[in-house]
Amino acid sequence: MRVRVDWRVSCRLVGTILKWLWIPLVLPLGLALYDGTPLLPFVLPMIGTVVGGLGLEQLTEDRDLRTREAFLMVSLTWLFLSLVGAAPFVLAGEGVLAEPVNAVFESMSGITTTGATIIVDFDRHSRAVLMWRAMLQWIGGLGILVLATAVLSQLSVGGAQLMETETQTQDVNKLTPRISETAALLWKIYISLTGLQVAVLYGLHLVGYAPEMTLYDAVAHAFTTISTSGFSPRGDSIAAFSPAVQWAIVPFMAIGATSFILIYFVVHGNFERLRQSDEFRFYVGILAFFTLGVGGMLFADGAPYTSLEAIARHSLFQVVSIVTTTGYASTDFNLWSSGAKHLLFVCMFIGGMAGSTTCSIKALRWLVVIKAFRRDLFTASNPSAIRPIRLSGNVVDEETIRDIYAYTLVSLVFFILATIFVVVDASRVRLTVSEFEAMSAAAATFFNVGPAFGIAGPLESYDPFPTSTKLVMTFLMWIGRIEIIPVLVLLTPSYWRS
Amino acid sequence: MRVIIVGAGEVGSNIAASLAESHDVIVIDVDPETVEELTYSSDILAIEGDGTSLETLEDAGLGEADMLIASTDDDETNILSCGTAKTVGDIFTIARVRNANFLATWTRSEGAFGVDFMVSTNLLTANDIVRVVGLPAAVDVDPFAGGIVQMAEFEVAADSEIAGRTVEEVDTFEALTFAALVQNGDVAIARGQTPIEAGNKAIVIGSPESVQAFSRTVAPAKTPDEARDIVIVGGSDIGYHTAKLLEERGLQSRLIEQDAERGRQLAEALPGTIVMKHDATDVEFLVGEHIDRADAVIAVADSDEKNLLVSLLAKSLGVRRTVAVIEEGQYANLFETVGIDVAINPREATAEEIVRFTQEGQIENLSLIEGRQAEVLEIEVDEASVLTGRPIRECVGELPSEVVIGAITRNQEFVVPRGDTVIEPGDHVVLFVSADALSAVMSVV
Repeated sequence: MRVRVDWRVSCRLVGTILKWLWIPLVLPLGLALYDGTPLLPFVLPMIGTVVGGLGLEQLTEDRDLRTREAFLMVSLTWLFLSLVGAAPFVLAGEGVLAEPVNAVFESMSGITTTGATIIVDFDRHSRAVLMWRAMLQWIGGLGILVLATAVLSQLSVGGAQLMETETQTQDVNKLTPRISETAALLWKIYISLTGLQVAVLYGLHLVGYAPEMTLYDAVAHAFTTISTSGFSPRGDSIAAFSPAVQWAIVPFMAIGATSFILIYFVVHGNFERLRQSDEFRFYVGILAFFTLGVGGMLFADGAPYTSLEAIARHSLFQVVSIVTTTGYASTDFNLWSSGAKHLLFVCMFIGGMAGSTTCSIKALRWLVVIKAFRRDLFTASNPSAIRPIRLSGNVVDEETIRDIYAYTLVSLVFFILATIFVVVDASRVRLTVSEFEAMSAAAATFFNVGPAFGIAGPLESYDPFPTSTKLVMTFLMWIGRIEIIPVLVLLTPSYWRS
Repeated sequence: MRVIIVGAGEVGSNIAASLAESHDVIVIDVDPETVEELTYSSDILAIEGDGTSLETLEDAGLGEADMLIASTDDDETNILSCGTAKTVGDIFTIARVRNANFLATWTRSEGAFGVDFMVSTNLLTANDIVRVVGLPAAVDVDPFAGGIVQMAEFEVAADSEIAGRTVEEVDTFEALTFAALVQNGDVAIARGQTPIEAGNKAIVIGSPESVQAFSRTVAPAKTPDEARDIVIVGGSDIGYHTAKLLEERGLQSRLIEQDAERGRQLAEALPGTIVMKHDATDVEFLVGEHIDRADAVIAVADSDEKNLLVSLLAKSLGVRRTVAVIEEGQYANLFETVGIDVAINPREATAEEIVRFTQEGQIENLSLIEGRQAEVLEIEVDEASVLTGRPIRECVGELPSEVVIGAITRNQEFVVPRGDTVIEPGDHVVLFVSADALSAVMSVV
């Protein structure tokens, strides 16, 4: 039997990405130098990535990536990045992160922009390590977008479906004739937005509205907001900061989950595109709907907030944070009434716009599912009618609709299986986890949201879960981020056999 | 003017006949029999040959010609003929195409393909259909003065309010002029005492609102405020353009197409139309879709026979109004006789449009009535016209009796022509003129 997949081509490309990973390590290294904390946790990985990357590049000569190799490459890239990302945590040996499984969990949570944390006691970790954590998310946020644009959009299956749908609606990879130019363009937008947020947050500090927001905090939070990932160097997350900071972060989370293609057009003064985009209107509608719902419940409950401003701020902040899969907490929403918590739980399944840094199922897919279902209701009573589905005026082809249905269904099945696993595994080690806590933890990791309810709540940690659960959750974050299919494809025997 | 016409089919010969009286016409056709027949039947020069060949065109006297009209049934041939003619001299070229895509390209950059004026048969026909459907009960509608004036032809039903009365008694509408009556195919200018009988056709000229109001009087049963529920049968190019035009007017029509793939194409291209995949001659299906309650059924399938069948089926189910496209011009009257409300012949419509264009200059717009027995034309009057400078009552004496002043527009405003109305230079006047009086009228106005 001959293996049909040329795994060396995939690995070579992973090596190409890996060898550049020393660059983001510069920032935490500098911080460690400034703070006088150990440098070795960053210097060693720097050497490791360059040597490892160059080594992988020697595997084979430069060859074109084909569909099969691309699946492997995408899957391996995220896996390798999380392993490399874990190295500084283990080497620093601070607190729970010294444990390799914990370090890999944290690193995977970072690179997949999930934001689920293992850390229990934030004071035990140096600023350099916490900055590396934020840095990982910043890379992961745009990394997936660039990878999707550059690699997945050239494939005709899996995660590419999403990009394909978008090609029909928003010309995702047609911004420029060359994919590399488009990727550069995305980076420019991304870096500008991050810079803008640092300026806004630190600006608030300078004018006295945000006493806690140091430059270090501003940079770390900007890294994890635009990437809609949600790691905060503070144990209290955004609750540690003033209301002004919380208000200021909301639009940046929302923008991070807005299609970067749309952002590109808006930056160039073309607001018409924003108005025409069905998905954008749907996404904004969802944010408004759930904010009003959660706000209404908080208002009816009368506690724990007394002012209308606080109710408005926390309901908007939490809905935006969860829908965009950022996962920041402006308050301990574990203390909310069951109704408000359940509404927030539903938000985990939505996600922002396709072509952004967001995760979860994504507004685009839900919109297509809803439109297709409405069409089915119509054709039930008008069997002869031919009704194409349109997004922003463009027809979505039937194959794409089927793929979106399939993806949505598979996602929900994975979520259910993950929930069952969490419950069973917890009871094995006699850990008390309610059904709702298990469901939220499964959804929070699989849909890359971050914080769950109860045991892994917004101000808590994933550390209490048994090691086996942590490993499964690491896997969930991995496949959730690359939209399941590339990994599932690798698991089918026919992929490997000729 | 010397005019070369390429293609002596229905469109070509129709145009040739229209122009022969006042111009030198040379017709080129590939079919020797057609050429022979034309040579003996009309006062024109017919040449056998290929209109895309420079040699043939030069034989036809391309050097001395002022205009070339390419009107074969093949789009590419027509475009190529125009392009070929342009390579030699500065001749005005007119091309007839079916496919509206060519028209779209040409509109983007007028003069493209070496064509100076392009007429799309399909788009033109769709426009005619939509105009007729927009005015229920009318058998023909043409706009003048940019839509400010409408000419409409109605059939007077036996149960109509105006049947059995005189023109004077009926002519009570503001901004509406009774121009003529058609009895047994003969056009007669409407006089005050002329009786209107059931079965006649009444031709009126006026503002769109008053024409609409008149329509409700002529056929109250047929005329809801507006046709809302329209069914198009057949996904031909004409069907597509008809649905598109209806969409642009904000009307949601239903389109029935038998072929699944074509149906899907149409559904994708027509977001505001409900496209159905089914055989439109299936009575059970039509009943199930409540076609009987439709305000109008438009049959634009590929064959005349199918259009006739569908229209008759629809009629038998109780549809108020049926419009059918009839490719074979000679059937049009027959179809209207057996019960189809309006038969539209794309070739005739095209010929009319082209003739209308060739007469442009003095005449702004024109519409042919009952096979050229009469014309409705729009002219812009100047100082020299007998119409200008005095009340209409006075200038009527100098006009032949077979003329009706239907409407006047001044600065894009409708002016009701009354006895004491004074026409000013620059006004647009819509006239109804019998064919016999045409040259006499043209010389004085």
